[in-house]
Amino acid sequence: MTDGPVIPDFGKASSCVAENRLFCPDWVRDNWGSVLQPAVVQHVKLTVIAVAVGFVIAFAAALLAHRHGRFERPFSVFSALVYTIPGIALFQLLVPFTGLSILTVEVALVGYTLLIIFRNVLEGLRSAPPEVLEAARGMGLTRRQTLLRVELPLALPAIVAGLRVATVSTIALATIAAFVVPEGLGRPIFAALRDYFKTEIIAAGVLAILLAIAADVLLVLAQRALTPWASARRLA
Amino acid sequence: MNTFSGALEFIVDRRELLLDKTLEHLVLSGAALAVALLIAVPVGVFLGHLHRGSFLAINLANVGRALPSLAVIALGLGFLGFGFTNVLVALVILAVPPILTNAYVAVDGVEAEAVEAARGMGMTPWQILRRVELPLALPLLFAGIRTSAVYVVASATLAAIAGGGGLGEILFNQASYRVEGLVGAALVVSALAFAADLALGGVQRALTPRGMRGRVSALEADVTRAGTA
Repeated sequence: MTDGPVIPDFGKASSCVAENRLFCPDWVRDNWGSVLQPAVVQHVKLTVIAVAVGFVIAFAAALLAHRHGRFERPFSVFSALVYTIPGIALFQLLVPFTGLSILTVEVALVGYTLLIIFRNVLEGLRSAPPEVLEAARGMGLTRRQTLLRVELPLALPAIVAGLRVATVSTIALATIAAFVVPEGLGRPIFAALRDYFKTEIIAAGVLAILLAIAADVLLVLAQRALTPWASARRLA
Repeated sequence: MNTFSGALEFIVDRRELLLDKTLEHLVLSGAALAVALLIAVPVGVFLGHLHRGSFLAINLANVGRALPSLAVIALGLGFLGFGFTNVLVALVILAVPPILTNAYVAVDGVEAEAVEAARGMGMTPWQILRRVELPLALPLLFAGIRTSAVYVVASATLAAIAGGGGLGEILFNQASYRVEGLVGAALVVSALAFAADLALGGVQRALTPRGMRGRVSALEADVTRAGTA
């Protein structure tokens, strides 16, 4: 820290930072607490909120579509349309309505999760074999009991698989959101891109990648824990 | 609705700019997809033929899907600097996993009886690959290429931040092109992704052996499960 020049409004920079070498561990060490760690926490928050809200909406819609087939198409078409809007465009287009706020980011992120979760939940609910449904009816289970005790447990792997894809893609999209609303890991990425400061680009980029992979692994583990019968079958 | 008609006006008035940027976008996406195909198809098909490396093939897809495209492009910028090459490398990294995994799953999943029968007929391993495994694997292999193509066209909008050109230059520059330009360019990007999916879907149908048509969607459902298992 003490061997380099002094940059105005910034303080002392190491010669590594001043020369903008590929990667300066000292910068990461000095700015972990003030820049990187808060960005990671913020990113996790953005993602968790978006996936949770998206899940509630898409899950309800899938239940409805499962019960009444005619609701499938409208929701499917709507969510697919949202899904095709390029991320950078949607974040900017929402600003006139929701302002330069977290709300803008969340509305867009929630919108992108809908299609994936809806499709997976619905496909999962429909994956119950006819024999099983027949058996449930034979045992005298009501429609609601069949859903809660037969169809939903059988749909669980597909539901968690959908949550996985939704979570990792939300983590990715949330980095792009920072172009419009400086929040999360995209904030240091865009800031560093503006100044072409390599260390910060690499540090924040790697953190975003690690976060996505960590979320993916966590959800696989959750999937295994929630569906022990699936791994038993895999072993058989 | 004013914005929307403004966007359509933008598309008409600035068609030369849009055409320019669309071409850049297509060249970039096409190049990335071509390189990814050259890498991923042989490796995936070969591993599937040998029934080896399932861990690599399946997990590569999961990690690949998890990679945030902006982070990958930003990293490319850090290491390779501004320009076409950096973005191309980043897009290839994003495009390879779905193709490789689908190629692997497709060839690996060809019914053992069919392969056995081919062997019984005296086919060499090369003939088995070319005349039995590949035709049967094509629909699923193409499903992977479609996924990749749509993903690459969408991600290529981020190329603009790294000096890679394309329609992203309009999307990232609302100050110059206003909201009408933003919506106009977004429409073009969506249309491109949609068109790429449709075109590849057509190729997929044409390449699918006649006896297998209609089974394609069931197969596609299979790979999602295999990929997420």
